[in-house]
Amino acid sequence: MSDATPMVRIRGLRKSFGSHVVLKNIDFDVQPSQVVVVIGPSGSGKSTFLRCCNGLEQPEGGSVEICGRMLVQDGRMLADQELDSLREEVGMVFQGFNLFPHLSVLHNIALGPRKLRGLSRAEADAQARVLLEKVGLSHKADAMPASLSGGQKQRVAIARALAMKPKVMLFDEPTSALDPELVGEVLQVMKMLASEGMTMMVVTHEMDFARDVGDVVVVMDDGGIIEAGDPDMIFTNPSQDRTRSFLQAVLTRT
Amino acid sequence: MELDFSPVWAGWPQLLQGALVTVEVTAASLVLGCVMGLLIGIGRLNPKRRVVYALCTTYVAVIRGTPLLVQLFILFFGLPQFGILLPAFLCGVIGLGLYSGAYVSEVVRGAIQSIDRGQMEAARSIGMSSGLAMRSVVLPQAVVRMIPPLGNEFIALIKNSALVSLLTIHDVMHEGQKIISVSYRSLEVYLAIAVVYFILTGVTTLVLRHFELRLRAGGMVQ
Repeated sequence: MSDATPMVRIRGLRKSFGSHVVLKNIDFDVQPSQVVVVIGPSGSGKSTFLRCCNGLEQPEGGSVEICGRMLVQDGRMLADQELDSLREEVGMVFQGFNLFPHLSVLHNIALGPRKLRGLSRAEADAQARVLLEKVGLSHKADAMPASLSGGQKQRVAIARALAMKPKVMLFDEPTSALDPELVGEVLQVMKMLASEGMTMMVVTHEMDFARDVGDVVVVMDDGGIIEAGDPDMIFTNPSQDRTRSFLQAVLTRT
Repeated sequence: MELDFSPVWAGWPQLLQGALVTVEVTAASLVLGCVMGLLIGIGRLNPKRRVVYALCTTYVAVIRGTPLLVQLFILFFGLPQFGILLPAFLCGVIGLGLYSGAYVSEVVRGAIQSIDRGQMEAARSIGMSSGLAMRSVVLPQAVVRMIPPLGNEFIALIKNSALVSLLTIHDVMHEGQKIISVSYRSLEVYLAIAVVYFILTGVTTLVLRHFELRLRAGGMVQ
């Protein structure tokens, strides 16, 4: 790992829901422009881990630092206003897209910049059109979300997150709700982002993506990181038995 | 027995005048009810804000748990004992508005809670405060779902407004009773009054349906 200030710095992160412990003492750094892919069996705490990185879940202990700013310190979250402004730096893409169904595609993307960055309608719309072109959906600017395919929805959701010009992008199983034939178009957009140097944390079951695009693969099980490292090493020669059995189960499925 | 509607025909300007007062009372209470309902409904979203939640919950319990007529009489006949003497019209509007607000608040709360949690999360994740996310993302979607139950509530409000005739407000009910007191034609006049309420509730239903269809046509497919 380099000596540069990490983009995301996590120390001793703990979280439980009631008596169920979901995250046990997680330490992890994400370097700028790194693509970190988090894999592991369901219920291993991957999504919760990701959601702690933008304060959607409140951890019980530990710290989360984003671009040098403390999001969580000793299990205490930043005050509301600062939390909101720090969230602008961290884009998030959800499994269920969560587009705003009452707004057109263009306005889904332009809403944040208009309300939070004080952009005029014209400026925000122009910026949204550029982003739509980037994700290959210029022709859908005026469509309503309900009329889009799952793959198109997720690409709009990515554009919506990018509109805030985040420094880090979190992807929470971005392709898990998609029909198989639509997965490719979303992964392609994510690959493009990675090649542009976006810092990304991706929870996914797409092992090919993890291998091809990931700089670091993190394997989680039972609320902890059981190993992390170069994708080639993890996929060809994992050091942990649990990694091996998980990969076997996932890779022999297809 | 024969029906004789002549007192209704002779008294129609009076009934019309009363109907206008009914519309005024209801419209003012409706505005108050919606404002109260929105505030109380939002106040009951989060039980962790204990004081607000407790106050709002108590409000709903007390207002829904006691008769509207008793509430109106407390405002109009009870408060003067403390030297609080409100005009009848104001008492009517406050009474009906607060009463309606308790029911509207449940409509508001239900509609907001029916919106997928992911909407709030998505809005928060791009940096919106919870207030802004509520205003620009959750409420616009919830409003569409509020319309059908709000229609029920508005119709109940129109009909409940007949009670304010007992506070000396000259609404259509009050005017009708004046006609009865000189003509002794109860059935005919009450039928006429019923027709007036039926028209008012019918128009309300049509307006709301139009509003709902327009919102849905605007792309709010849900």
